[in-house]
Amino acid sequence: MEDAKQLEAFEAKIAAGQKIEPKDWMPEAYRKQLVRMMSQHAHSEIVGMLPEGNWITRAPSLRRKAILLAKVQDEAGHGLYLYSAVETLGVDRTELLKQLHNGTAKYSSIFNYPTLSWADIGAIGWLVDGAAIMNQTALARGSYGPYSRAMVRICKEESFHNRQGYEIMMTLAQGTPEQKALAQDALNRWWWPAVMMLGPSDDQSPNTDQLMRWKVKMESNDAIRERFIDRTVPQAEFIGLSVPDKDMKFNKETGHYTHGPINWDEFFQVIKGNGPCNANRLKARADADKNGAWVREAAMAYAAKQMKEKEVA
Amino acid sequence: MSQDSQWPVWEVFLQANPGISHKHVGNVHAADAEMAIQNARDVYTRRSEGISIWVVPANAIAASSPEDQGAFFEPSNDKPYRHPTFYKIPDGVKYL
Ligand SMILES: [Fe+2]
Ligand SMILES: [Fe+2]
Repeated sequence: MEDAKQLEAFEAKIAAGQKIEPKDWMPEAYRKQLVRMMSQHAHSEIVGMLPEGNWITRAPSLRRKAILLAKVQDEAGHGLYLYSAVETLGVDRTELLKQLHNGTAKYSSIFNYPTLSWADIGAIGWLVDGAAIMNQTALARGSYGPYSRAMVRICKEESFHNRQGYEIMMTLAQGTPEQKALAQDALNRWWWPAVMMLGPSDDQSPNTDQLMRWKVKMESNDAIRERFIDRTVPQAEFIGLSVPDKDMKFNKETGHYTHGPINWDEFFQVIKGNGPCNANRLKARADADKNGAWVREAAMAYAAKQMKEKEVA
Repeated sequence: MSQDSQWPVWEVFLQANPGISHKHVGNVHAADAEMAIQNARDVYTRRSEGISIWVVPANAIAASSPEDQGAFFEPSNDKPYRHPTFYKIPDGVKYL
């Protein structure tokens, strides 16, 4: 049974703005929620490498290719920071990857959409990384030390992702009519998935009170979504593109944009596994894991052999 | 060693600039020390964050436990005379 006194001390610590560290006492519900959130986040980083990796060999110039490689490598790094943060809660990476591959763990819905043209790489950096930044800067203030520190690191790296994406879109938007059409088409396809990736609206998102009090969640999904929209719509206008929402309007009274209805049915379908690329993404991950197994084993065997030789010498 | 391990964990310490101490930045999985250093370079120094890396097998680290944090560090709390501000020196005395 969880000691009421321990819980009280735990909550007081969080209220005082202190971080919870791996060996500190924590309620089981806190630990569980963190494992769920952080592993989902870690999986999203590495599954997120797939849609972009798809364009590395076809980037339109050496400059773009080098940038995209560096960006995708950063995402691998983000995955690693996050997996090690989850491991501080006593779950090891083998187990986490197993959960990803057998479908019991989720990853961000957004990565189940295909990257059909080069402009999609621009749209992802601008919109998807842009939305992720909104979420991650909030999470950096969270109460769990290892997660919050990973977020701080990640946020520092994300702003390049966001800007390189916008630069791709801007370049296309200022190009030939065909190039501009490519950019607009990418925006049309990625806009709603990006708006939705910030999670269900507040009335459909349970448990939020306790998670907010424990600083596992820092802001509601709708609040983060509003900030994302407020910042992004003018960026689109600036380069002569328009978001595919005929109801999008700036409300002078509130100082915020109001948007049209969100197709949550689509969101929940994609989460359930029925998005355009779910099966494909999972297969790519599981294959990579399977095909890399012999390398992991060989490296361990080599390390063991070296160790033995050292002992003899 | 397990059949398909993700490799042992190594804690990573980085020295950001010459003349300062190495600081813990996170960890990596690796089969041996050499690989741990290479992985640490790729994971933690992609933007010139360091000039030197130490890696230590995670299971070789012993740590104090948070439960007895109070009692464990208590001995230093009642020794204010270890701090220079404990001593009253008249205003006129210089360089002390
Ligand atoms: Fe990332
Ligand atoms: Fe990113």
